[in-house]
Amino acid sequence: MIFEYAPAPESRDVVDIRPSYGLFINGEFVDGSGTPFKTVNPASEETLAEVASATEADVDRAVQAARKAFGVWSALPGSERAKYLFRIARIIQERARELAVLESLDNGKPIKESRDVDLPLVAAHFFYYAGWADKLAYAGYGTTPLGVAGQVIPWNFPLLMLAWKIAPALACGNTVVLKPAETTPLTALLFAEICQQADLPPGVVNIVTGAGETGAAVVGHPDVDKVAFTGSTEVGRLIAKSVAGTNKKVTLELGGKAANIVFDDAAIDQAVEGIVTGIFFNQGHVCCAGSRLLVQESVAEELLSSLKRRLSTLRLGDPLDKNTDIGAINSAAQLAKIRELSDTGEAEGADRWSPACSLPDKGFWFPPTVFTGVSQSHRIAREEIFGPVLSVLTFRTPAEAVEKANNTPYGLSAGVWTEKASRMLWTASKLRAGVVWSNTFNKFDPTSPFGGYKESGYGREGGRHGLEAYLKEIS
Amino acid sequence: MSERLSVRKTYKLYIGGAFPRSESGRSYVVTGAKGEFLANASKASRKDVRDAVTAARKAFPGWSAATAYNRGQILYRIAEMLEGRRSQFVSEVAEADGVSGKKAGELVDAAVDRLVWYAGWSDKISSLRGSSNPVAGPYFNLSTPEPTGVVGIVAPPMGPLFGLVSVIAPVIVTGNTCVVIASERAPLPSITLAEVLATSDLPGGVVNILTGSSAEMAPWLAGHMDVNGIDLTGADAELAQKCEELAAENLKRVLRPNGKTDWAADPGTGRMTAFLETKTVWHPIGI
Repeated sequence: MIFEYAPAPESRDVVDIRPSYGLFINGEFVDGSGTPFKTVNPASEETLAEVASATEADVDRAVQAARKAFGVWSALPGSERAKYLFRIARIIQERARELAVLESLDNGKPIKESRDVDLPLVAAHFFYYAGWADKLAYAGYGTTPLGVAGQVIPWNFPLLMLAWKIAPALACGNTVVLKPAETTPLTALLFAEICQQADLPPGVVNIVTGAGETGAAVVGHPDVDKVAFTGSTEVGRLIAKSVAGTNKKVTLELGGKAANIVFDDAAIDQAVEGIVTGIFFNQGHVCCAGSRLLVQESVAEELLSSLKRRLSTLRLGDPLDKNTDIGAINSAAQLAKIRELSDTGEAEGADRWSPACSLPDKGFWFPPTVFTGVSQSHRIAREEIFGPVLSVLTFRTPAEAVEKANNTPYGLSAGVWTEKASRMLWTASKLRAGVVWSNTFNKFDPTSPFGGYKESGYGREGGRHGLEAYLKEIS
Repeated sequence: MSERLSVRKTYKLYIGGAFPRSESGRSYVVTGAKGEFLANASKASRKDVRDAVTAARKAFPGWSAATAYNRGQILYRIAEMLEGRRSQFVSEVAEADGVSGKKAGELVDAAVDRLVWYAGWSDKISSLRGSSNPVAGPYFNLSTPEPTGVVGIVAPPMGPLFGLVSVIAPVIVTGNTCVVIASERAPLPSITLAEVLATSDLPGGVVNILTGSSAEMAPWLAGHMDVNGIDLTGADAELAQKCEELAAENLKRVLRPNGKTDWAADPGTGRMTAFLETKTVWHPIGI
């Protein structure tokens, strides 16, 4: 039986998008000195707003405001900083629907994800770190903040990445200058309004919008004490190089090419759901996506036929439709990259498959895609595609699975599917990755440290561990 | 009665548990504090650096999988062996640093005590750095520290024994393996330390020690793509910056030099945690 779905669009009237946005410096929206840029809805290519571009001079003003505010903010008792963060968390909950719709409009992710995953996690992150602000002495990393944090975040989880950066920084007594991604600045600018509503002292949070040069100005500013970056390994390398010889403390959360290992004794139906969540959640725009499926040879055929059947039920389309599973690709540039890498998959000899799936005429779209017959040397097995593209490899023994899983310069996450606990723990201990999801995938929580091994970067975000990045070392 | 001519020791490198000469055939003159000739030390080359990294990588799976108890036992054994050779180290440190026998004795004692201190950390650091995380859902969620991998160490030029032990012990006690560039000025105690390591049940390759030019070797180590972290404690500002830039290529964890380190002070946990990763494992809870 085939069920037809009627459209169930979420109303976009809950959010009022201004025609143009300035920079948020010292508690106020101000004009930027650079040429403003447009941010578009990737599902329709319609322009949503014009956004100011921050030059080096603008960034300097923001850093100065943050420096000035640092004196006030770091001198506040932790219990007072905590109450500001609780306030912010509450306002985020109150305005959650508005933020979720805006996130889906600007990013292209399905509303069911922005509403049910991103926003609840954003609020929870502020609640979690609010609670740490007056308990730092118990955490084991000292209680001395670093100063001004320069933070640069990506477009895949715009508001969630903002929360991961700002909440621990503020809890520890730092002030921040944050640059959201060029293609997804709007929720960060709405967050600036929330800071105003919360009466956060001016300069504690500053938001500067712009492209790569703005980010470079934030990271390179001599009066920034701490650099936090989430994004590509390529840019992470440049940042690591640029801070050499300085005293800046750095945390980097970079790319990944996670293996999702399915053993022959796994619960196949659950594994299929986990594989789908692993690579098709957020259109695969996830640094920890399970983009390499490693399946034990004896169950490969059965698993793949179940997976293909399941993929045929995914609904791709309007991100604001509550039934949508797969939204739009965030930008034309990202779509071109996904296409290019997928084409190399075919050219290098892998077999490409996608379910029957019609793509909207306007906007940036890519169908869920599975490559089988992939070998370890293929580019689609080595490079991060950052899209809804799964590469399937097989293995015969647990040792082979681990060796293939670890055969990557990345080390952010991994998945293990087996019903045998000792095998799960053995595999998890051998995987060189910062997060291991066993019999689940792509789960996040503010209490759970997240971050990578090897070229996936260094430092942890979330949990008690997340405080370390924003406090002066004690020894 | 004629005085007996002593048998001198040849100071070589320590790679993979063996004592080879530099493949380059090079050596350099090591002098004491007063400028007197002490020995010809091996001057290691880029190839020696690479061989040492290969040995460290080969040793990593076994050493990192050893139980914390076992690693602690071995570090304690190193302390025992060092204590047993106390007089030899006292004279080497006295010669290298031009300090009195009494002062040299204190430095050797401090090195032994530091090893004992770190030995005890092997099965405690996880309790300090790990956590069980109360996620908002039916999941078991546990974070544990794991060693970063192969770590390069530029040992401090001063403190040829105490400083050296203070940088090696924290790296290996948690399960890392390492390649150490010994003090260029005073390399001899490092090779005598290698003799201690070689007789302490420490698997070959866990610690590899190179003597020679720090400025020549450190950049090869910092730029090596199979090295996961680098401790630049012994590098001057210029060399440290160059190495940190090279280390960015594969995102090595970098421990920057921190001015003048007071080795006598409580070292804290920082030298261990600089080369620890955190792994978080999730599993659903259900019936």
